[in-house]
Amino acid sequence: MGTFESFILLLDSTVRLSMPLLFAALAGLYSERSGVFDIGLEGKMLAAAFAAAAIGALAGNVWLGLLAGIAVSVGLALVHGFACITARGNQIVSGVAINFLAAGLTALIGHAYFSQGGRTPRLENEARFLPIEWPGAEQLADVPFLGPIYEELISGHNLLVYLGFVMVAVTWFVIFRTRFGLRLRAVGENPAAVDTAGISVTLMRYQAVIICGVLCGLAGAYLSTAQSASFVPNMSAGKGFIALAALIFAKWKPVPVLYACLLFGFLDALGIRLQGYEFPGIGEVPVQLIQALPYILTVVLLAGFIGKAEPPKAGGVPYVKER
Amino acid sequence: MSLSRGELPRWVDYGLIPLLNLAAAFLVAGLVVIAVGENPLEAVELMLFGAFGYGEGVGFTLYYATNFIFTGLAVAVAFHAGLFNIGGEGQAYVAGLGVIIVCLALDQFMPWYITAPLALIAGCAVGGLWAFVPGYLQATRGSHIVITTIMFNFIAAALMTYMLVNVFRQPGAMAPESRTLEEGGRIPRLDWLFDWFGANLGGAQLNISFFLALIMSFLVWVLIWRTRLGYRLRTLGQNPTAAVYAGMRPPRLIMIAMALSGALAGMMAINEIMGVHGRLILEFAGGAGFVGIAVALMGRAHPIGIVLAALLFGALYQGGAELAFSMPSITRDMIIAIQGLVILFAGALEGLFRPAIVAFFNAQYDRRRAREAAQASSAPAGE
Repeated sequence: MGTFESFILLLDSTVRLSMPLLFAALAGLYSERSGVFDIGLEGKMLAAAFAAAAIGALAGNVWLGLLAGIAVSVGLALVHGFACITARGNQIVSGVAINFLAAGLTALIGHAYFSQGGRTPRLENEARFLPIEWPGAEQLADVPFLGPIYEELISGHNLLVYLGFVMVAVTWFVIFRTRFGLRLRAVGENPAAVDTAGISVTLMRYQAVIICGVLCGLAGAYLSTAQSASFVPNMSAGKGFIALAALIFAKWKPVPVLYACLLFGFLDALGIRLQGYEFPGIGEVPVQLIQALPYILTVVLLAGFIGKAEPPKAGGVPYVKER
Repeated sequence: MSLSRGELPRWVDYGLIPLLNLAAAFLVAGLVVIAVGENPLEAVELMLFGAFGYGEGVGFTLYYATNFIFTGLAVAVAFHAGLFNIGGEGQAYVAGLGVIIVCLALDQFMPWYITAPLALIAGCAVGGLWAFVPGYLQATRGSHIVITTIMFNFIAAALMTYMLVNVFRQPGAMAPESRTLEEGGRIPRLDWLFDWFGANLGGAQLNISFFLALIMSFLVWVLIWRTRLGYRLRTLGQNPTAAVYAGMRPPRLIMIAMALSGALAGMMAINEIMGVHGRLILEFAGGAGFVGIAVALMGRAHPIGIVLAALLFGALYQGGAELAFSMPSITRDMIIAIQGLVILFAGALEGLFRPAIVAFFNAQYDRRRAREAAQASSAPAGE
């Protein structure tokens, strides 16, 4: 296989691996732009992955699975919302709680119902998101340069991948070109001003948290019903935190979120590809270094060495209408 | 009682409300047990017996509690300074590097009572450093401590995997773990303590680091409430503006608080490496760093509360293991879920019952005032 083909394959797996990050990071974007910090992306994603695979396996239908994933994720998002918005609790603590809750309950319930050590049964094809062949992909595969790009990179992904890219555009439009988006951003920067304008801060934040839940649901369903064909305990494996890192890396902006997720997905794909590979002159690059790179980059960014990451000003602070 | 309206007696604030929160968490946990088709009361009985019913069980409970006291104190110290250190897990994990390096160097020549203090210092130094860096970044560059400590957990995991696979692994061995330590790198178990009580420690891994944990609890209490540094940390935590106004230097305090926090978390590496495994292994921190968050929240960041909460979680871990053994449809994941519920109810939703309780006490207060007023107005007429 030539260098070009293997590079295309690398980009292809980059796209696949970035998708859960992308959905989760966009989810975080809505929540954090409204002033609700969310370190519970990981947990919501995991719970959704479980629900999608479990219902998918029982019902044999991919859409019911997706719906279940979204429903469970929104449920957890509402718990987070209740704790942070209504009960004015600590948003970080609530996020930590959601992560534990999801990690524990998915494995526990999975074990109790399916008796496979927390796994769900292997999903049939009708309960999965399968690759979509674009017209003419096979015929064009032999065309030099453009053929492989069309066949590997553009065609042959599942529906959620294409939806992910669409969601970036939709999110950009919603956040920067609609009244809702303006209010959402305002509520995360200066909730008192939004309140003065007669808009309910509580309602805005709940809406944001629910959207966050829906997108985390998509991220989770992608993990268990598109990327793999069953749920495995703790299958989110820190992706929610990488998504959080990507969100910060992208400075809470939709299009940069796409780039950040693709970058982190690329590092992931590269890490897998480079396992045991000897570079001429350098030797083997430690896989662990590549795996840690998203986190290191985020720390460096946060430290202000590559631009400055300014979070929404009212983030993490519950809004008190009257004192 | 000389409480004013809206104030709660201390026993309510520090006793009743935490207990109510805990009860709510366990109520939900009970519902989960019902949902997986088991009897929650029976589950509680099994857990209690597993955790306290016999010598070995108690030994395991205390062994788990040792780790949780360290990590709980770590979270609490940072908490008093207004910092949320989620990185206890990573700090404890890298502290293992300091401990194992000292142990590998000395265990064949020195008795344990020489090795252990040096290993403790090394572990605290490495753990402290791993927390100091996020502290430094927060203090001087304004990066959010929560995010950086999360990132540092993952960086720690990658670093430790690399070190174990490429540096500490024995030639020819498959398992990524260090050489097993000789006598000089092991701290004594507490069999004698159990013999006193006529109990048998059995296979439980309880060792003298349990006493270290208790000593540290006392020292943290002294630090926070009886020293100038502690006063400064609390001032910073409650009102950073006031701290600056009083001439304190928040950046310095942030770095000190984080370094202390990381050092405390790092102490659990002594328990795990010198007390239990006798070598450095992958993931030896096993989530104890995160349990510390629950423990600190439940213990209201007070050492006494932390020791009690650590015992509770120790009992949950040990009892949960027994439970998973006896009830086939329950696994140890139940403990993780309970942990989540405790963090949710004792942490994020800690104010859930407060309004109702305040309303109750206000009603009491108003009634008493009305009665006093009535007595006052009727008294002169009687005279």
